[in-house]
Amino acid sequence: MSEAPNHVLEFPGGYTRSVGPVIGRFLTELRDGRLVGVRTAGGRVLVPPTEYDPADGEPVTGEFVEVGPGGTVQTWSWVSRPRAVHPLDRPFAWALIRPDGADTALLHALDLGPFETGAAPPRFLKTGMRVRPKWRAERTGAIGDIECFRPEVTMINAPTRLEYRLQGGRALDRFLEGISQGRILGHRCEVCGQVIVPMKGLCPRDGVPTTEEVELPGTGTVTTFAVNNLPDPRAPEVPFVSAYILLDGAGLPMLALVAGIPADQVRMGMRVKAAWRPREEWVASMANIKWFEPLDEPDVPFEAIKDFV
Amino acid sequence: MSAPLSTDIAVVAFVQTEHTAEAAGASEVELLAPVITEIKERTGLNRFGFTCSGSNDYLAGAPFSFVSALDTVGAWPPISESHVEMDAAWALYEAWVKLRHGEIDTALVYGFGKSSQGVLPEIMTQQLDPYYLAPLGVDQVSLAALQARAYLERSGAKEDDLRAVAARSRRAGRDNPFALHLPDPGDEGYDVAPLRPYDVAPITDGAAAVVLARGDRARELCERPAWIRGIDHRSEAHSPGVRDLSRSEAARLAGERAGAAGVEVAELHAQFSHEELILREALGLGEDVAVNPSGGPLSANPVMSAGLIRIGEAAARIHDGSAARTLGHATSGPCLQQNLVCVLSGDDHG
Ligand SMILES: [Zn+2]
Repeated sequence: MSEAPNHVLEFPGGYTRSVGPVIGRFLTELRDGRLVGVRTAGGRVLVPPTEYDPADGEPVTGEFVEVGPGGTVQTWSWVSRPRAVHPLDRPFAWALIRPDGADTALLHALDLGPFETGAAPPRFLKTGMRVRPKWRAERTGAIGDIECFRPEVTMINAPTRLEYRLQGGRALDRFLEGISQGRILGHRCEVCGQVIVPMKGLCPRDGVPTTEEVELPGTGTVTTFAVNNLPDPRAPEVPFVSAYILLDGAGLPMLALVAGIPADQVRMGMRVKAAWRPREEWVASMANIKWFEPLDEPDVPFEAIKDFV
Repeated sequence: MSAPLSTDIAVVAFVQTEHTAEAAGASEVELLAPVITEIKERTGLNRFGFTCSGSNDYLAGAPFSFVSALDTVGAWPPISESHVEMDAAWALYEAWVKLRHGEIDTALVYGFGKSSQGVLPEIMTQQLDPYYLAPLGVDQVSLAALQARAYLERSGAKEDDLRAVAARSRRAGRDNPFALHLPDPGDEGYDVAPLRPYDVAPITDGAAAVVLARGDRARELCERPAWIRGIDHRSEAHSPGVRDLSRSEAARLAGERAGAAGVEVAELHAQFSHEELILREALGLGEDVAVNPSGGPLSANPVMSAGLIRIGEAAARIHDGSAARTLGHATSGPCLQQNLVCVLSGDDHG
């Protein structure tokens, strides 16, 4: 039925119905923000209550029992494209929910948070999930007094923030001074001759202080890398690649981002070059190099980088 | 394995429309008239001892819509007539009861509906209780999906098993000139998870009619009458929250009482693919039973006659001699709440 309707069937104001003492009690308690069930002669608690025991048709007792409000999902379906008549206008679940203390289940909508239209059911939605009603502020004595159910709280996000004033040390200060001028500086070890970048003021291989400065080009080779699927403020997008890059002439690889190429095409031995931010944005920080980008050169054979992996 | 008694009742004729997915301009009455004309011609009967129909006013959006359909039957001089606001399979049950009383020996049963005129999943919300379910706006497909989830989790069946049911039904439906001819299930997203669009019966307009006759009258009207060996219908609690949705206790009981054991063909009123799996289990249908060789409701679901068509299709296998003992099933209410089972056989197979 795609075109506009030419016939609308409506019951203005709806039907007026007597609810009787059993359903009436449930709806009255609902208006007061309480969930109650009715006890059967056999001792079971029916929620929502009916006048008879569904098992044998016998009248229920007059005993009402407060249940829930927490409950357990017995089964669910996931509506990824809500209809206009549905209680929520974003993807949600229908669930049969057995309130704590009840022997039967109540059907209601389960709101699991914001999802885009058409979204697949979230993985955390499971039979057995613990849920609670979200009450409407203005209640009238109707099943809709519960706006929806929501998952019980099982996890929190505990924010943490600490501030530091770090001292990089003399060697790092000197390295960053180079970076702020668009230069990549390293130290050459007097003993083994390798160039250490970023410099640390000593050779990790020989344990001797280093002072001889060498400037290295912005080109290098990926020795190894990782594909990251969790967002990071420094990365352009997910997935991003962090890699160890052996700058040409360096004796130690350094950690940096690799971009400008799909994550699944990054490889060991790939040649890359530093992508600098515009000169006017330079500060004394490694952020001056946005990331490393592919260089149009043949890959370096594994043999040549195997000691740096 | 006894020979039919003169009081036994048989399906002697079955006619249905070539069902369509969209209204082709015909009104309900126009849909029904050719079916009634054909079944009168086929049986040579112009008048019936009793006439009973099944339809639903909410499909047409008009009260007493079944009354105008009586024009197709010819209700003058006045006839003995009744109507159920349900699938016409329940009209057949009422006619069967009337025949059992013994005062009449023929009955006409028909059902009709055009579900393409409204929004069927929402129209079906009107059948829910007005206190706890209907005000939520929960629709038919969402309710069915709750049952599908319960069945998958209890049985260990996978969504691919549902897809296999849909694929088999659609394949069979393409061989049935009366069904919609639907392609094999594609890569579709969820309708209401875990159900995908092909797991849900298509919107269908159509009508069907059956003639029942008693004893010798049945033999006069039909070369191979399909004798009703057992017919039973059972109802469970309305509220889905008090039932084990993964099973159909009502279908199990109705099947047991009607004598479902040993049938060769079963036509099941499964409007969602998981319902076929639940019903197979409840009715004890083994791998050797041909289920829905017509394509079933997943290939054509003319609401209010789809259940009657299951009995008609099951009878047609007896009429044409291709099966000796068959079963027709109909359902009503949310999540297979009510189930009717009708077991049929030829003369030689009690
Ligand atoms: Zn050294």
